Amino acid sequence: MRYDLLIERWPLFAEGVWTTVQLTALSVAIGFCIALPFAILRSRRTPVASPLIAGYVYAIRGTPLLVQLYVFYYGLSQFDVIRDSFAWSYLREPWWCALIAFSLNSGAYATEIIRGAIERTPKGQIEAAKALGLRTWQVYALIVVPSALRRAIPQYGNEVVFMMHGSAIVSVITITDILGAAREFNGRYYVSDEGFLTAAVLYGLLTLLIVLIFRALEGKFLKHLRMR
Amino acid sequence: MKKIIAVALATMTAGAATAQDLDICVEGAYPPFSQTEADGSVTGFDIDIANALCAEMGASCTMVKTDWDGIIPALQEDKCDAIIASMSITEERKQVIDFSEKYYSTPAIFLAEEGAFADDSPETLADAVVGVQRGTIHQNFMEGEYPEVELRLYASQDDTYLDLTSGRIDAIMADSVTMDEGFLQTEDGEGYAFFGEGYSIPEYHGEGVGVGVRQSDTELRDDFSAAIAAIRESGEYDQIASQYFDFDVYGGGN
Repeated sequence: MRYDLLIERWPLFAEGVWTTVQLTALSVAIGFCIALPFAILRSRRTPVASPLIAGYVYAIRGTPLLVQLYVFYYGLSQFDVIRDSFAWSYLREPWWCALIAFSLNSGAYATEIIRGAIERTPKGQIEAAKALGLRTWQVYALIVVPSALRRAIPQYGNEVVFMMHGSAIVSVITITDILGAAREFNGRYYVSDEGFLTAAVLYGLLTLLIVLIFRALEGKFLKHLRMR
Repeated sequence: MKKIIAVALATMTAGAATAQDLDICVEGAYPPFSQTEADGSVTGFDIDIANALCAEMGASCTMVKTDWDGIIPALQEDKCDAIIASMSITEERKQVIDFSEKYYSTPAIFLAEEGAFADDSPETLADAVVGVQRGTIHQNFMEGEYPEVELRLYASQDDTYLDLTSGRIDAIMADSVTMDEGFLQTEDGEGYAFFGEGYSIPEYHGEGVGVGVRQSDTELRDDFSAAIAAIRESGEYDQIASQYFDFDVYGGGN
């Protein structure tokens, strides 16, 4: 066991952790911004928009994340139109390809999570809001969305953990995330156990962090549901 | 029924007594040394040399296709008995595995779009993004001699070509022969060319390419070295090499 090498090369793993955290946090945040309006449109069964969103969700959930990443990384670069456009200055960078693919992925899963939570809104809450004379947008802004988001917290915690674990595929497009650091470590020193075990431990610690954050959120926002 | 089993067992043990069974780790994404055919089989110079060495040693060999990233662990974990995958003999690798004498050696060089770079000095390449295969002599060379240049690490050599043609990276540092045969001479390689000089610095590039074996298998290592010398002597080496190269791939020196 060569743990002295790990200590010597800790900046490599620090860079990996930072990349994983950054990609996960940003994708989940952008995914949320996509998911909230989409979930409301879906739950209202809006003509045109709702089936389109259903198609997007199906396309994303129906294909592996790795394939989606390949579409953005290898697929789009095949078209001269894209290579000549301003978008190429972003799509040229593997980091942006990963961020776009992961955000769209997280957005699709989150749309379903939030839509489910909205549709589980107790009828009484909506009737009460209407009885108070609130307009439709007020019913959403003040009652339906806040109550749905609270209910969505536990499932959303899962989605964040899945996104982080899913992000491990970025090392195939040359990004040094946690797994990428482990692969580089293994490629340089030929000590696979030390590198990959370290990666596993780091992923485990990040998962623990996410779980704790969501437990705190649940403690704050779902206090009324706690068993006494 | 029992008789059949007994006969089968007898032949098996007899076979094992006369010939060695070896599993050879090969790669499959490094043409012309190794490439994967449409039917999944692996062909190339490495594979032909492996077969010639096995025949010379009287061993019966099975090729095991293994990704580059996992090829040394595969050897260490007994998933194969030898690596014949264009692996350069370097000091770092010698700390974990052992090598036969070299079976070829070719220089490393930069590749880019024709005319993109005037020379290969660190100043000229300062703003370039260069791709290399992860865990290779070329990565060590770039980090040692071009520490300022942005490096992209790829799992296989074939992956680097895709990103060079799409414009994600500006240049590749790799073995001259694999880039020539595997890329420049193909349709995709049109408009691309080598630039700068060829490098063969022992500190980075080692002593050429050898057969990798476990450190405990000294006998097998010496068998491979002897077999390499024998096929070079008999002319079989040149016969195989001439199918792939029109120059001396064995390289000068030792």
